[in-house]
Amino acid sequence: MRYVTVFLIGAVFGTGIVLSGMANPAKVLNFFDLAGTFDPSLIFVMAGALSVAVPGYALIFHRRQKPVFGETFVLPKAKLVDRKLVGGSAVFGIGWGIVGFCPGAAIPALGLGHSSALIFVVAMLAGILVARFVSQADFFAAPAKPTPGSTP
Amino acid sequence: MTEFTPIMSFAGGLLIGLSAVTLMLFWGRIAGMTAILGGILPPLDRDWAWKATFLAGAILAPAALAVSGVKVEFDVPVPLAALIVGGVVTGIGVTFGSGCTSGHGICGLARFSKRSAVATVTFMAFAFATTFVIRHVWGGF
Repeated sequence: MRYVTVFLIGAVFGTGIVLSGMANPAKVLNFFDLAGTFDPSLIFVMAGALSVAVPGYALIFHRRQKPVFGETFVLPKAKLVDRKLVGGSAVFGIGWGIVGFCPGAAIPALGLGHSSALIFVVAMLAGILVARFVSQADFFAAPAKPTPGSTP
Repeated sequence: MTEFTPIMSFAGGLLIGLSAVTLMLFWGRIAGMTAILGGILPPLDRDWAWKATFLAGAILAPAALAVSGVKVEFDVPVPLAALIVGGVVTGIGVTFGSGCTSGHGICGLARFSKRSAVATVTFMAFAFATTFVIRHVWGGF
């Protein structure tokens, strides 16, 4: 039963991403192209998502001590804005601006059956593994393994 | 050009928000794709099973839409080399940045996380700048 819920939650996520246009790199790149073929649609994706998530989270944290399945809400503990957060986000922004796929959009795009989504995802997974390897080598003095809940 | 789709985009956004809220309600977890995807890569997270199940749902639902004949606009207007470079760069960035659009941009902002606000402003700014440079300084792909 627990796993049925998370499958459905994933399905709702994937459906939302695809319907919103986030899984279409051409549309995402046009959103970023203020000086050219600007398409403001993606502002509406953010607005729609936050209009549910902000009151939804507030209600959950206000009314409940724990989730339906499990003992605690697992929330990121990190509070510090550091170079790793800002630098990593900047690098991600560059990648997003090149192709128009963010991770949460590329995964549902796999389901649409286009080879370009698969190529992107394989490259992205390679990037994640490279970053982990570098982290473990203490290259940026990063923790070897993120503690559970350290990523949002 | 892509068609301006405020209603469909807002509706899709509502579903994304609903997914984030229900994952927190039932599982007590943040619906961040970076952490979910990272959890099924070696070294596997102890709780990889729910992450793999979420990913299966996120992939199979669009597949069901496509199979049932729903037309989904899709175009990747970049060459293969850019697709690969962009993928690697994205993977590196989200790992060091501890999250992406879903984790920081939706879930983090929704719980008023300062780190997520800084991350979101940063990756949005760099995405706008990168697209500008590629299309209007370099002349596009």
